[in-house]
Amino acid sequence: MAELHQTAAHAEHDHKPHGWRRWVFATNHKDIGTMYLIAAATMFLIGGLAAMAIRAQLFKSGMKLFDPTMFNSLTTMHGLIMIFGAIMPAWVGLANWMIPLQIGAPDMALPRLNNLSFWILPFAFTLMLASFFVPGGAVAGGWTMYPPLMQQFGAAFPMLIFAIHLMGISSILGAINVIVTIMNLRAPGMTLLRMPLFVWTWLITAYLLIAVMPVLAGAVTMQLTDHFFGTSFFNAAGGGDPVLFLHVFWFFGHPEVYILILPAFGIISEIIPTFSRKPLFGYEAMVYATASIAFLSFIVWGHHMFTVGMPVAAQLFFMLSTMLIAVPTGVKVFNWVATMWRGSLSFEPPMLFAVAFLFLFSIGGFSGLMLALVPSDYQYHGTYFVVAHFHYVLVPGAVFAIFGGVYYWLPKWSGRMYDMRLAKWHFWLSVIFVNVLFFPQHFLGLAGMPRRIPDYAPQFTDWNMVSSIGGFIFGASQVLFPYIVIKCIRSGKPIEANSPWDGAHGLEWELPCPAPYHSWQTPPTEAMLAHGAEH
Amino acid sequence: MKRARLGRLLGSSVLGLAGRLPLAWGASGWDELNMPRGVTSASKSIYALHMMALWVCVGIAVVVFGVMIWSLIFHRKSRGAVPDVTLTHSTKVEVVWTTVPVLILVGMAIPAARLLVKINNNTDPQVNIRVTGFQWGWRYQYLGTTVSVISKISASSNAASQLHSGIRPTSVPHYLLSVDHQVVVPVGEKVRLLITSIDVIHSWWVPDLGVKRDAIPGYINEASFTIAADRPGTYRGQCTELCGRGHAYMPIVVRAVTPAAYQAWLKKHSSPRARRPRTPRQRP
Repeated sequence: MAELHQTAAHAEHDHKPHGWRRWVFATNHKDIGTMYLIAAATMFLIGGLAAMAIRAQLFKSGMKLFDPTMFNSLTTMHGLIMIFGAIMPAWVGLANWMIPLQIGAPDMALPRLNNLSFWILPFAFTLMLASFFVPGGAVAGGWTMYPPLMQQFGAAFPMLIFAIHLMGISSILGAINVIVTIMNLRAPGMTLLRMPLFVWTWLITAYLLIAVMPVLAGAVTMQLTDHFFGTSFFNAAGGGDPVLFLHVFWFFGHPEVYILILPAFGIISEIIPTFSRKPLFGYEAMVYATASIAFLSFIVWGHHMFTVGMPVAAQLFFMLSTMLIAVPTGVKVFNWVATMWRGSLSFEPPMLFAVAFLFLFSIGGFSGLMLALVPSDYQYHGTYFVVAHFHYVLVPGAVFAIFGGVYYWLPKWSGRMYDMRLAKWHFWLSVIFVNVLFFPQHFLGLAGMPRRIPDYAPQFTDWNMVSSIGGFIFGASQVLFPYIVIKCIRSGKPIEANSPWDGAHGLEWELPCPAPYHSWQTPPTEAMLAHGAEH
Repeated sequence: MKRARLGRLLGSSVLGLAGRLPLAWGASGWDELNMPRGVTSASKSIYALHMMALWVCVGIAVVVFGVMIWSLIFHRKSRGAVPDVTLTHSTKVEVVWTTVPVLILVGMAIPAARLLVKINNNTDPQVNIRVTGFQWGWRYQYLGTTVSVISKISASSNAASQLHSGIRPTSVPHYLLSVDHQVVVPVGEKVRLLITSIDVIHSWWVPDLGVKRDAIPGYINEASFTIAADRPGTYRGQCTELCGRGHAYMPIVVRAVTPAAYQAWLKKHSSPRARRPRTPRQRP
């Protein structure tokens, strides 16, 4: 017995390969999580540069920095990079780091699969970005890749499709790993309804991923065979149907939206109780609301295509089902507000981002409700109003939740505290200029500016200028983020206690800071679980 | 009516704040901020629905954000707030905040559904026009006549839009929103559009008419509008579905004239034999 303990203690400190082997052959969930987060940050930077280029081109009417096709490539690649390269890998990185710590598991259930699912990504991204440099340039048909336009692009077209296949495989493998880990490796006593909300939302997200990534793969593969093997799935001249692609794509696309936002709901549900020093209000309602949102996400895809000429009955169905999503989403927001109600609030950086999330994600939800009303959507569809809507839910929604999560758990990962003052600067610059950037786009859309245009009529200049200035400052202030993280890892003040946050509950805070390379080699005790489950 | 006036008031106060911003262009500032009311009964109803939804959202926001702001101010640790850790569940409150939103949604869905059915009624048109999108322009064929119009971006806008043109957009009348040949329709008569495309997906949108419908190869989509008899004029729109390099350069201009003038225009442009459609020239 004593020997066994010795081996365990030995394993805890050793078996950490050094040099490049540690990363290339990584099977440790913390190392893989770190690599995912670094990859996501890199892609966020690249996608952000594309966004800066877009806002520069749109600074004023008649601006001609780029050829229209190049501009279309930039919007297309900005969307694909941010969705598949930045936000999704960031969630998988956080899942890798946090799920085993939060459920008391020693690692992810399938460590080698984990390695594979990460190492596919650099190849996928390289292929996607390399398509900028092939003859004809990157695909310029929008991230939605509608045929027949998509069929008009050259060598970049198969490259993008292959990249999407790779990213899809990576996501599916990651999702399988998350489900197997949660279902099999929970510590004794960690029942499903004791799991932290981040674990719950990720479990549901993982099922969504497995359900819809193959649908996307199918849709793009059909485009591929239309292009190279003479099929006519989407080619009207051959008896095919371009609208079929829209249906299949959005059957993937809408659950995808929730893949991007559900883990954010989880993180917000961790942060708000901690800094309100009060348990989460309506824990079970939160779980059920998440599950209902996930279910509803499969029956609302038609709201992306109200102008394609579906029968009125179908438009009515999609309008009503979409409006229904407001109910569980509302429940979540009300629960967060009720968690803060009569709490004891303090505003460290994670909480600041969480509070901003509550306000700004709600604004995105309101415009979403307006977009659900079909007659109004006839006017909003394809305009900057839609651009404003989805950027509100993705930037101050998903991205702010990622920032909040990193500022919340970084001390646990590194064992050091970051520079709070700088992090608050990062927050205030972000929250002010994200609104300067995106709020005027509501006006532009309502006044009639279509999206995805490289040049516009002079009456749209004023608000585009405001938006671009907001964009430049927002973009520039994001440079603070990697600086703060690197500075923290290198020279942050070491943390003695298990948790730097006095209100934090959960198994990850029962471990020392930094979390040991191999954690939960012995399962947590019931006392730890009970303390953690106070939320 | 009251709502609309309130909206205008809010708009003008927002504009007052924004007055320090470089608002060089806007003659009527409200138009820069909100959806146009338009000139058809559909567009006016859509505007009313949009404003109703907007005010419902503002109302919900005031309540929810109000409670949040109250918490942020009065339930701070720095003010010595003590957390009420027993407040974790309340069936009564949870039932209320599930059912009240449902009722609000039903209240919004009913007028929206009514309007949806109404504006999708394409029966009994007086004028039928087939609209065909192409890369990059629109072709209009007046069914039952020999009149056909091919409409592309105006030469002045086209010249100014070229790389290194050196032409200021403000010096071009209706930059990017003017065409060589406008589509002419009568006011006070129901016009039905049969919309399709010969290459990729486009979308025909004129905000003032409240009509946006995709032009899809292999499909013929329907949409219809009746411009108010007292609103002849020129109404401008753009393609709203990404269709390639020239997507921003295929505007739509509708000239609405009196029925008599419309008939005269038709007669003038009719030819004894059906005119062969010209092949659209590609943008260089």
